[in-house]
Amino acid sequence: MIRSAPILSFLFVFLLGFGPREAATQVRIDVSGVGGTQLPISVATFASDGRPAQDVAAVVRSDLARSGWFRVIDPQQTLSDTGPVDYAGARARGAETVVGGTVTRLPDGRYDVRYKLYDAVRQNVLAAESLVAAEADLRLAGHRVADAIFEKLTGEKGVFSTRIAFVTKQGGRYRLNVADWDGENIQSPLVSPEPIISPSWSPDGSRLAYVSFEAKKPVVYVHTLATGQRTAVANFKGSNSAPAWSPDGRTLAVALTRDGLSQIYLINAADGSNSRRLTSSNGIDTEPAFSPDGRSLYFTSDRGGAPQVYRMPVAGGDATRMTFGSTYNVSPRISPDGKQLAFLTRRDGKYFVGMKDLASGNETVLTDGGREESPSFAPNGRWVMYTTQEGGRDLLMATSVDGRIKQRLTSPTGDIREPAWGPFLK
Amino acid sequence: MIQRSRHALPTPRTASFLAPLVALIAAFALAACSSSVKLDEPAPVEDRSKTTDASAGSGATAGSAGGGGTERPVAQVTVDPSKDPLNDPNSPLAKRSIYFDFDSFTIKDEFRPVVEAHAKYLVTNKARKIVIQGNTDERGSREYNLALGQKRSEAVRKSLAALGVAEAQVEAVSLGEEKPKATGSDEASWAENRRADIVYQ
Repeated sequence: MIRSAPILSFLFVFLLGFGPREAATQVRIDVSGVGGTQLPISVATFASDGRPAQDVAAVVRSDLARSGWFRVIDPQQTLSDTGPVDYAGARARGAETVVGGTVTRLPDGRYDVRYKLYDAVRQNVLAAESLVAAEADLRLAGHRVADAIFEKLTGEKGVFSTRIAFVTKQGGRYRLNVADWDGENIQSPLVSPEPIISPSWSPDGSRLAYVSFEAKKPVVYVHTLATGQRTAVANFKGSNSAPAWSPDGRTLAVALTRDGLSQIYLINAADGSNSRRLTSSNGIDTEPAFSPDGRSLYFTSDRGGAPQVYRMPVAGGDATRMTFGSTYNVSPRISPDGKQLAFLTRRDGKYFVGMKDLASGNETVLTDGGREESPSFAPNGRWVMYTTQEGGRDLLMATSVDGRIKQRLTSPTGDIREPAWGPFLK
Repeated sequence: MIQRSRHALPTPRTASFLAPLVALIAAFALAACSSSVKLDEPAPVEDRSKTTDASAGSGATAGSAGGGGTERPVAQVTVDPSKDPLNDPNSPLAKRSIYFDFDSFTIKDEFRPVVEAHAKYLVTNKARKIVIQGNTDERGSREYNLALGQKRSEAVRKSLAALGVAEAQVEAVSLGEEKPKATGSDEASWAENRRADIVYQ
């Protein structure tokens, strides 16, 4: 495992509130499209008996602000998990809820992170929790606190403790990267002089399948993140690509050209054995994606002339065309609840992230950049991550599934491509 | 080459046949008496004509048998890479790229001679193997472009097969948009990247 300096940083804008500086600071970040319905929350500095490596409260503030659901206030005060809470002061700063906490170093070197979430209006405790984390995992502890607060106040499951994978290219070197959801804490499980594409998370988040060109042709590997163990699971004659995990993690759908043009096959994820062909068309079939129930496979096919998204039973059978609004609809991704289909659509020569509601059949375009690629759902189904280009540089973006809220990650030192949002971690 | 005028042993043609017997006699002689017996061994002769790559035989020329009237002539062979038509810049084999129109996967007439020349060479030289790499421009999905690049390499593979090239000599793969020859984002660059390359292994 190779650690590298973070190359992503989010654009944070700290706006001073009106009045004296010590009164409060409102945390704002580069999120566009946020309406007036944000929940105002005060997140105080956590009390600490030492100097932990991470400012846990700062992680909580950043997560909640980036979600677009909160207006985050930093009261510039320390508040422990045992209080006392200045409810009147919090309300005066515009907060409806208040977060305080304590970070304590344990005898074994780990840290105990305790927090409480208070209702500033009713003046009661909404949530309280204690987490124990190694020093290296304090950032993760902050994400978990943010997840709990987010879920308590919105009813939605937070994705702050999930991870993302993406590929960067810099100076002729390709890196497969794994990072926290916010792009921080980057590690590179694979560095190669040859291209890497199509990273795909195993359902338990422990492995990545991807395509590497290190053998001068595309070969599918499965890579265990904790150990670095790699297995070439699809290395047939021709090209091997587009790995997609079945929901139970046992099977990979892949695109192989061993019988001619690209067709979809199923293989055992552990060792690539038991390959069996699933599609039989005269053209291209690729980019498979399992439905969450594991029964259907969505994929890209040009069997009708132009590339469109189709769906077919994993058990075999006829394929049904799913997309219509353009002559180029590719890269299907299914929402975790199976109700929405994200895809890449070309309109007037430009490429956008499209979204289809599978119940109503409505197709909408979520983005407006025109150079988008690689949509990937957040595991709570509320966000779609994708790449776009601006000024010749690749950017990593996320949009809410209604297209209303957009946030941007910047990549100052390299091209960024092929993002894949990881699953919820147990 | 040292010419030995007297041979204690028969000519090389029969030496291999008698070698075990000679060795046995020698061993017996060594064991039976302590005095040293010097056996005149044949000089090692390396037949260089057998070490050249038979598959590139058309590029190898046999020299004249040296030394008039010698009992053991040695024919020298010099490998001249420039005689392999693959290395001749004026041969149609020097062209290794087939370009395609936008959204097209048919081989244009102007590239037929290129495909035919490589087919002829591969049929003649059955030990040679090639990889055909399909490429695309950068627009759109990387995975779909990988499949489009395969359409191009597959078109070339099928043409070669129709011209008699054995399946085992050819692997069609795709590099999609991942290894662009031209890195610009303009029509000239995109056209340069809509290409299949023949790469000899």
